[in-house]
Amino acid sequence: MSWYLTLPLVIPFVTAIIAFLLRNSPSGRWVSVAGSAAALVAAIALMRVVLDQGVLAGQMGQWAAPFGITLVADLLSAVMVLITAITGLAVAIYALGDIEERHEKLGYHALYQILLAGVTGAFLTGDLFNLYVWFEVMLIASFGLLVLNGDKEQIDGGVKYVALNLISTILFLTGIGLLYGMTGTLNFADLAVKVDQVENEALLTVVAMLFMVAFGVKAAVFPLFFWLPAAYHTPSFSVSAVFAGLLTKVGVYALIRMFTMIFDHDMAYTHTILLWVACFTMVTGVLGAAAQSDFRKILSFHIISQIGYMILGLALMTPLAIVGAVFYLVHHIIVKANLFLIAGIAKRLTGSTEVFQIGGLYKSNPLLAVLFLIPAFSLAGFPPLSGFWAKYIIVKATLDIEMWFVAFIALAVGLMTIYSMTKIWAEAFWKDHPDGREPALAKLPNRGVLLIPVAALAILTMVIGLMPEPFVVFAERAADQLLDPTAYINVVLGEAP
Amino acid sequence: MNSVILIAGARLQVVLLLVFSAYMLLRGHNAPGGGFIGGLIAATGFVVYAIACGTKDARAALRFDPANIAAVGLGVALLAGIVAILWGDALFTGQWLFIGETETDKGLPLSTILVFDIGVYLVVLGAVLSIVFALEETS
Repeated sequence: MSWYLTLPLVIPFVTAIIAFLLRNSPSGRWVSVAGSAAALVAAIALMRVVLDQGVLAGQMGQWAAPFGITLVADLLSAVMVLITAITGLAVAIYALGDIEERHEKLGYHALYQILLAGVTGAFLTGDLFNLYVWFEVMLIASFGLLVLNGDKEQIDGGVKYVALNLISTILFLTGIGLLYGMTGTLNFADLAVKVDQVENEALLTVVAMLFMVAFGVKAAVFPLFFWLPAAYHTPSFSVSAVFAGLLTKVGVYALIRMFTMIFDHDMAYTHTILLWVACFTMVTGVLGAAAQSDFRKILSFHIISQIGYMILGLALMTPLAIVGAVFYLVHHIIVKANLFLIAGIAKRLTGSTEVFQIGGLYKSNPLLAVLFLIPAFSLAGFPPLSGFWAKYIIVKATLDIEMWFVAFIALAVGLMTIYSMTKIWAEAFWKDHPDGREPALAKLPNRGVLLIPVAALAILTMVIGLMPEPFVVFAERAADQLLDPTAYINVVLGEAP
Repeated sequence: MNSVILIAGARLQVVLLLVFSAYMLLRGHNAPGGGFIGGLIAATGFVVYAIACGTKDARAALRFDPANIAAVGLGVALLAGIVAILWGDALFTGQWLFIGETETDKGLPLSTILVFDIGVYLVVLGAVLSIVFALEETS
C-alpha cells in the first residue's frame, strides 16, 4: 500500500497525539497548524496520483480484499480528502485567534485533529464496517468539541446531537448486519458485484432504506435534521465552522457512494423517495432560515436547504445530476465553513450573533463586508461565483429530464436563500449598531489569523466561480467513476482491468 | 476510606494485579489475554489503591498523568503500524523477528503485534484511570 493513501490518515493522528501531550503549552496550537499543513500536502499528493493513475487502492495489513480493510481513493474520495485538508488548515489557523486557553488545556487541538482523521478516514475507506468505525471516531471527537465549554446550552445541543446520531448508528449497524447476511461481504467493490446476485430484492430495498435513514440523519435531511440547528450554534466558531463544512457532508458522501455504486437495483423506489426528501429538505431548510434571527442559526438552516440540492443531484441519477452533486459538495464545504468563520469575526466585533442587536459592520469594516458578500452570494447562487455553477448544473439536470416542478422548487429556494442572506446583510452590516458602537476591525486582537483563512477561502470560491471549466471536467470524471464503478471494482479486487 | 485492613490488603493486591496484567499482556498473542484485558487488570490495581489510600496517592504512585499515558499508548500503537511501511509492506502488516532461530526451532518470536498490544495496554490503562480518578475526585 502506498504512502499516498496512508499519510492523509496517519498525519492527523500523529498531530493529535503530539498536540495532546503539549496541551498545556502554547506550542500545541502550532503543532495543530503544522500538522494540518502537512495533511494538506499529503492530500494534494494523493490528488495528483489519483488524477494520473486512476483509482488507487491498498489493503491494511495485507489482508486481501474483500476480507481485509481496504483503503481506496477514486476521484470523489480524493477531492473530498483534499477539501477536508483545505478546510482543516483554514480552521486550524483561525483557531489560533479563536480558541480560549482553557479549552486548549482540555485538549481542543487533539480532538480537532481526531475529527479531521475521522472525516478523512470515512472518505478513504472502501469497507462498510470500517466506514461505521470512522463515523464513530468522528462522533466521539465532535461530541467532545461540542461540549468543551460545559455550559447548559452546549450540553442541551450535545445531548440531542448524540442521541440522534446514536439512533442513526444503530440503524446503520442493523443494515450492515442484514447486508452481510445476504451477500457475505462488506467491501464496497465486492458489494457492488454481489448485490446484483441477491434474489430477494424486496429485502435489499429494506436494507437500502435503513442505510438511507442512517445516513440521512448524519446528512441532516428532512425530516431528520432537527439535531443540527439545535447544536451548531453552541460551540466555538472554529468548531461550528468545521462541523458545518464537513460533518453533514460525510453523510451526503456516504449516500452518494451507496446509492450510486451499490443500491441501484430498484431506483424507481429508492431514488423517488430521495427526490421527495431532497425537495422537502430544500424547502424546510430555507423556510427555517427565514424564521431565524441568529447569525449562526440562519446559516445552520441554510446547510439543510443546501444538502437538499446535493440529494436532488443524487436522486435524479443522470450523469449531469451526479456531476452537479459532486460540484455542489465541494463548493458548499468551502463556502459554508467560510460563512461560519465570518460569523465569528462579526461576533467579536459587535458582541453578539443576534442580527437585530448588532449592526454597523459595513460602515466600519468594508473589507469584512466584501469578504461576507462573496460566500453569501455564492451560497445564494449569484454568477460568477461557485454557487451559481453548482445550482446551474443541478437545475439544468432537472430541466433535461423535464421535471419542471422540481426545477421550480430549486430556483425558488435559491431566491429564498437570497432573502435570508439579505436579512443578515441588512441587519448586521447595513444598519447602524443599536448601541451606537462602531466596531473597528483595526482594533481587533489577532485579526491577522482570523482574516487570512477567511480571505483564502473567499479567493478559492472566486477561483472556482471564474474558472469553472477544470472543476466541471473533474466533476464529470468523478461522476463517470461513480456511475460505472468497473475500474474501482477491478482495482480493489485486484483483477486485471 | 480509612481502614488498616483495606490498606494492608490493597498493597498486596496491587502488586499481584500489576504482575498479572503483564502476564496477561504477554500471553495474549496465542492465548486468551492481550493488551485490552491486561490494561483493564492494571487499571483495577490502581483503582484498588485509589479506594484504599485516596486518589492523590494513587496519582503519585502512577507518576504520569493518566491522560498522557493514553496518548502515548495511542502513539505506540500507531508506531507499530507505521514501521511496516519501512519494510515496504502495507500499513499494520505484522513484522517478525525470531531470536535464536534454527532449522527446527523458531526461537523467541518478537513482533510489532506485541508492540501494538503494549500500545493498547497503555491506552486502556490511561483512559480507564482518567475516568475513575475524575469520578473519585468529584464525589
